[in-house]
Amino acid sequence: MCLAIPGRIVGLVPGETHLGTVEVAGVRRKVDLGLLLEEMPVVGDWVLIHVGFAMTKISEQDALEQMHLLQMLGETEQAMQEVRGYGFEETGEQSSGNPQPN
Amino acid sequence: MRYVDEFRDPELIIKASEEIYRLADPDRHYRIMEVCGGHTHAIYRFGLKDILPSNIELIHGPGCPVCVLPMGRIDDGLTVATNFDVIFAAFGDMMRVPGTQGSPFEHKARGTDVRIVYSPADALQIARKNPEKHVMFFAIGFETTAPSTALTLMRAKSEGITNFSVFCNHVTIVPAIRAILDSPDMRLDAFIGPGHVSTVIGCRPYEWIARSEGKPVVTSGFEPLDLLQSLVMLLRQLRAGEARVENQYKRVVPWEGNRAALKAMAEIFQLRPYFEWRGLGFISQSALRIRDEYAEWDAEQRFPIPGTRVTDPKAAQCGEVLKGVLKPAQCKLFGKECTPEHPIGALMVSTEGSCAAYYNYEHRKAAMVTSISSVA
Ligand code: SF4
Repeated sequence: MCLAIPGRIVGLVPGETHLGTVEVAGVRRKVDLGLLLEEMPVVGDWVLIHVGFAMTKISEQDALEQMHLLQMLGETEQAMQEVRGYGFEETGEQSSGNPQPN
Repeated sequence: MRYVDEFRDPELIIKASEEIYRLADPDRHYRIMEVCGGHTHAIYRFGLKDILPSNIELIHGPGCPVCVLPMGRIDDGLTVATNFDVIFAAFGDMMRVPGTQGSPFEHKARGTDVRIVYSPADALQIARKNPEKHVMFFAIGFETTAPSTALTLMRAKSEGITNFSVFCNHVTIVPAIRAILDSPDMRLDAFIGPGHVSTVIGCRPYEWIARSEGKPVVTSGFEPLDLLQSLVMLLRQLRAGEARVENQYKRVVPWEGNRAALKAMAEIFQLRPYFEWRGLGFISQSALRIRDEYAEWDAEQRFPIPGTRVTDPKAAQCGEVLKGVLKPAQCKLFGKECTPEHPIGALMVSTEGSCAAYYNYEHRKAAMVTSISSVA
């Protein structure tokens, strides 16, 4: 339950309107988009994630700053552990640990 | 100034700090409460105290969800899990929090099926995969987390998953602030408003603090510059004799909050008439329970709950620290009987707890200085 984690939407799950695939520092996981019904994100958008749910859309700049903040607070490892731990069905993982957007 | 060079905008930090010195009246002592535990962690980590004038005192508020949970609730949840052979699923933060019969981890070692989850949706997933078992999600958190629990319950109902329930301990931040303002031993000048809770509830719910209590509130981000800018905004108001709610964290917090999240919460939860908070006692209308329409998924309606009440060990001063009346190091057990390795109170467990934050940054630093100077 650490501070919110920034991620980029890389895919929407067909047939399951409330699920999206996000990428956080190279790791891809499904998150629930049900709290963003009023302004559904599209592929390429950045969001802040808390306990497996996208809470709010943010800018790419803010996403990078949030990553930096987690790093300064010594919470990056914990955040990545949380993201990897999301137990929705896995959607493949990339090896890069780079938080930069493409 | 320590740490300044690792900040993203060292010049802006220095400018903000200078502005704070300029605005702060040297003849006045300011007591400003940061409500949120995430802010407490950041303030200690960045050593902000070192770059603020000594007459600005930051008081740590009750916004650490693990810390405010009374021990009896942990006992109740674990008792249900043990007696009814239920899978007890909770966030990692809960695992080392002591109950009278031990922490969730200690129960696991004795055979209770305790699982760490990172999302309430993961707990539901465990229920899907284990249809022969019952999974109880031990839910904690403020309005940041409650909407996720609400959506998870809606999914459980729509999929007809009945081997899943929630033991709801969700609390709401505003009544806790009210309780603190009402307590006679507390004098505060202003509030740094919570960041992520406000993405859900927005800024309006704080307006009474400005209007009826005459105290400024600034909703703040978590970076050092955010916190300093929030202090500048608060000091400007105090200097002008004003009290308003302002939003420093506009890039994330919408003034009106998140309507979809509020709607999900309203559909699933209703306010409890009262709820016990650790250290703050019973606060009316300060916590959420699951509505009767969802009784099947409410652990408190499905299982007999013992309703345990535990008084904290006498020497432990978690309550005073939670209210901001005492600083962590003023607790008699701090750093002696109570350490992050052997926590007595939850404030020493969570990274958002002020005792753990103080111990990890200030206490360790002081201990290092002493050992270096004793070598020299
Ligand atoms: S030092 Fe331990 S016992 Fe004392 S207030 Fe902090 S958590 Fe509670």
